[in-house]
Amino acid sequence: MKIVVLVKYVPDATADRQFESDHTVDRAGVPGLLSELDEYAVEQALQLKEKAEGEDVEVVALTVGPEAAAEAVKKALQMGADSGVHVTDEAIAGSDYLATSQVLAAAVRKVGESGAVDLVLCGMASTDASGSVVPAMLAERLDLPQVTLGSVIERQGDQVRIKRDGDTSTEVIGATLPIVLSVTDQSGEARYPSFKGIMAAKKKPVETWSLADLGVDAGEVGLDAAWSKVEAAEARPPRTQGEIVTDEDGSGATALVDFLASKKFI
Amino acid sequence: MTGRSPFELFAVDTLLDDEERAMRDAVRRFVDERVRPEVGGWYEAASLPVRELATELGDLGVLGMHLEGYGCAGTSATAYGLACLELEAGDSGLRSLVSVQGSLAMYALHRWGSEEHKQEWLPRMAAGEAIGCFGLTEPDAGSDPGSMRTRARRDGDDWVLSGTKMWITNGSVADVAVVWAQTEVDGRDRVRGFVVPTDTPGFSAPEITRKMSLRASVTSELVLDGARLPASAMLPEADGLAGPLSCLGEARFGIVFGALGAARDCLEVALAYAEERQVFGRSLSAYQLTQAKLADCSLELGKGMLLALHLGRLKDAGRLRPEQVSLGKLNNVREALAVARECRTVLGAAGITQEYPMMRHANNLESVLTYEGTSEVHQLVIGQALTGHSAFR
Repeated sequence: MKIVVLVKYVPDATADRQFESDHTVDRAGVPGLLSELDEYAVEQALQLKEKAEGEDVEVVALTVGPEAAAEAVKKALQMGADSGVHVTDEAIAGSDYLATSQVLAAAVRKVGESGAVDLVLCGMASTDASGSVVPAMLAERLDLPQVTLGSVIERQGDQVRIKRDGDTSTEVIGATLPIVLSVTDQSGEARYPSFKGIMAAKKKPVETWSLADLGVDAGEVGLDAAWSKVEAAEARPPRTQGEIVTDEDGSGATALVDFLASKKFI
Repeated sequence: MTGRSPFELFAVDTLLDDEERAMRDAVRRFVDERVRPEVGGWYEAASLPVRELATELGDLGVLGMHLEGYGCAGTSATAYGLACLELEAGDSGLRSLVSVQGSLAMYALHRWGSEEHKQEWLPRMAAGEAIGCFGLTEPDAGSDPGSMRTRARRDGDDWVLSGTKMWITNGSVADVAVVWAQTEVDGRDRVRGFVVPTDTPGFSAPEITRKMSLRASVTSELVLDGARLPASAMLPEADGLAGPLSCLGEARFGIVFGALGAARDCLEVALAYAEERQVFGRSLSAYQLTQAKLADCSLELGKGMLLALHLGRLKDAGRLRPEQVSLGKLNNVREALAVARECRTVLGAAGITQEYPMMRHANNLESVLTYEGTSEVHQLVIGQALTGHSAFR
């Protein structure tokens, strides 16, 4: 069984995040890391591997991004993934969801050349763009069924049962592999790399592919081919000080009620 | 206002590679999540859940991490040092547990043991399923281990051990003890090492209680009352005091880094407290006298880290000499203790409470200053290296 986990290198949310002059996110000049939400997908892949007694399960961590994005693959390898693929090409910079899913689909197909891919696992969203649409787009491009936002995954052979928690109900969905599956942050805490994992990761194979390797036309991806563009971005203005109500004559409660009513909170 | 951390000031991260940062972060997270919330309680109750912690540390890969094979991670010595630093930022007792397991007991078996010793013990010890201790010091033999009274007497093929070891970390919870004893070879005394399973009849390990330091650590006496061992129990490769002293060198190396962890914890707390605390209408950290203290502490912490990393690189290159380890241990423990005390003054009376870690770290560091070679012994080691004169006796 072969599982491809999509891992994204995102700017560290605890650091200052910047935009480039073309209003794309600065991914090169800021500290980055494996998107926390993707760690859950890696964790689920590793759990499927560990639960598959006697069966050989290969977990491939796949990322698309600039040179530094190799860090996301490395983290997945340290956690326990078997091998990595890093798709990097200057022409990809600024790609929208459509182009990103196109590159990912080509990469998944290429991974499948050395043995069919049974499961593509994704996080529920990235922690930078938060689009959540790539899994669905990827499923469409790969012509695979998709199940999104899984919180519990159970597998027997090529059958999987996925629990999906909604606001008003919980669904259990049965599916036959291969599928594209995204998992939520409720699916189980992601493990931290052990020292043995960190040491072993140094020896695991990572392939680096360009658009040409994937047979993707550079003109179809990147900022110029994007269907939507950010035209302007500016930092949120600093918060202004709130209004202070000093209650000297018992009118404080009335002032609060008036405020809440004016904002239509009550 | 918020500023840079002391290690950021020294750009310490630029001196570490990716793997080293990843391992450091893993231990830091373990300490933050598992140790910090509970360590104050362990210290007050003078009890440490060694078994639980050992398996968790084993899962992480910390135990014997810098050893090769037998289930050990095989990291660099520098990475081991960084792990010690993060552990000791939690508590010196936790770092002691790991030092004794990895650098004393496991290292002794790995370096001096037979293949059978290694196969039998190292994988379980790396996993934290078996706990080890190391018996060298005695009630009347500390800095002069050669005057030990514990003897191993030959009886047929067996060895029979009698004597008492003192100040043995992990002793009462250990599954195996590496015990050093005098043996008579051709009419002369030689120190040899023995692998003693702690269920051996005649072995007992009463705990030493009523400590004012390292309260979150198990400290014991080892009593060997005619403990009978097969011939195979002797460490075949260690002949003479060089055996145990090599193990101490390993543990000292970890302390060079570890002590800085305790100091960093104190300094971080002092920085945060001084920022919050209002005195005469403004933040305590905006006063010159406070800043002088914080600057001096940061300077010592950063200098100590540069020294530790330098020694780590030398060790990884196989070029670290014993007197260089002494430089690191003497300086970094001494300065860590000074930093803990200075940071306590920043907190005023609050600094003496259990709400803050300064007194716990400072009290712990009194032990760390003494064990694995007292500060005086390290001064003499350095003095001998400088002058050529041995002034130990």
